[in-house]
Amino acid sequence: MSDPGIPCEPCSVGPPGDPEGEPILRLEGVETVLEGKKVLDHIDLDVPRNRITAIIGLSGAGKSVLLRHMIGLMKPDRGRVLLDGADLMKYSRKELFEVRKRFGMLFQSGALFDSLDVFENVAFPLREKTNLDETGIRERVRVILRKVGLEGSEEKFPDELSGGMVRRVALARAMVMDPEIILLDEPTTGLDPIIRNSILNLICRTYQDHKFTMVMISHDIPDIFHWCHHVVVVHGGKVIEAGSPEAVRNSTNPFVRQLVEGDIHGPVQLM
Amino acid sequence: MLFRVAEWLGGKALGATRRLGRTGVFLSSAVRNAVVPPYRGREIVKQIHFIGVKSLFVIVLTAAFTGMVLSLQGYYTLRKFGSEGLLGAVVALSLIRELGPVLTALMVTGRAGSALTAEIGIMRIGEQIDSLETMGIDPVRFLVAPRFVAALVSVPLLTAIFDVVGIYGGYLVGVKLLGLDPGQYFGHMRSSVELVDVINGVWKSIAFSLLIVWVCTFKGFFTERGAEGVSRATTSAVVISSVLVLVGDYVLTSVLL
Repeated sequence: MSDPGIPCEPCSVGPPGDPEGEPILRLEGVETVLEGKKVLDHIDLDVPRNRITAIIGLSGAGKSVLLRHMIGLMKPDRGRVLLDGADLMKYSRKELFEVRKRFGMLFQSGALFDSLDVFENVAFPLREKTNLDETGIRERVRVILRKVGLEGSEEKFPDELSGGMVRRVALARAMVMDPEIILLDEPTTGLDPIIRNSILNLICRTYQDHKFTMVMISHDIPDIFHWCHHVVVVHGGKVIEAGSPEAVRNSTNPFVRQLVEGDIHGPVQLM
Repeated sequence: MLFRVAEWLGGKALGATRRLGRTGVFLSSAVRNAVVPPYRGREIVKQIHFIGVKSLFVIVLTAAFTGMVLSLQGYYTLRKFGSEGLLGAVVALSLIRELGPVLTALMVTGRAGSALTAEIGIMRIGEQIDSLETMGIDPVRFLVAPRFVAALVSVPLLTAIFDVVGIYGGYLVGVKLLGLDPGQYFGHMRSSVELVDVINGVWKSIAFSLLIVWVCTFKGFFTERGAEGVSRATTSAVVISSVLVLVGDYVLTSVLL
């Protein structure tokens, strides 16, 4: 395996194929109003199991809100969020905390704990949610840090890390509990092209190794079409296109065309 | 027009009710998590150090000068009536009944309360609280409950220290500077201060500590809109806590007297 910290050849996640059985996550008629504005407008969406799903769209389209609904951080005003057929909103708070063990999440900012070093940030979920002894925790963290190319950085604090390193630590923390689903909120935004590629490679290799279900918000168009099995286009709080990368790339929807081609002329007028 | 006014008023009332409900739910959740095991012992000790030990200097300083100025003012006022011998009792009763609990609470609000709000607020805007939630960790149990326990332990102890230092500050001015007899200073104090005064002071300090930690953690926990939001939350936490301490002092005094 090449060093995930440096750019390498394009990583393939394999053909889209058929999702294995029922979708792991399903959103049905999800509507959410925030401060009088409808940010999600009747969203119907399936997240295929063991596949990488990319959510793309303009800033402010409702992508992050959508991701937060998937893990129960936000409750919809209407509609249902189903995880393996069970409505997340029907769980008690305590039950929801248990359900979230199935998830790992990488936040846009990394959301690392400032007062903890890299090692302790990654070890944190293990200390809080497992009965592993210190040796077990050290071994698990060591393996996961090697995977993300951060061996030797264990004692650094978040303010000593570069943007790319922060995302890698956050990804390590999201993976350390061996979740079934990993949600990634703009893992490459604000990074230079080399670091961005290294993060995308890392995500790809993580998928190859573990076959997690991954949902990733991204602005890396058109690169994202090489990295995922399923693409969802969100605009104005609505899903306006969803399907294989090929299907989305060939969509005739004028907004999708403009987004895919990065054209300044189209239905979205910025100036 | 009338309909719009009614709609506006209704909206405001609903918003206020929602906020009040959220505040109550937050308090009950924090108290429940503080009382029900497992306890986060190390975090509680760390917070006692932050709220209690690190406030010690400012408390001692405030207490010493409060006692000294009380003694100075009290001496010249009492001398007009030939009762300067009662100075010790006046200083001690003022401190134990009112000034100790109130000034300690205000000092803790300014020093530790604002920091609690800012710390939790920064965690909120930095998505660290959301991150805890996604890991299946209750942020109220993890962040708020230890601070509740620490405040409930620290503030009454700081109040006791405030009272003692204040009394000795008064002693310094009354006895050492103004020449009052030390026996008189402590003798009248002993005969005037009753156990109920001390107990009432303790009750007040417990109530104030609950108010401070409730308001400050709540404001931090629900911080919105970036750095400006943290600044706004911190300011309002300090203002609301301070006002509530003063209002609470009046209410408690009327109930306890």
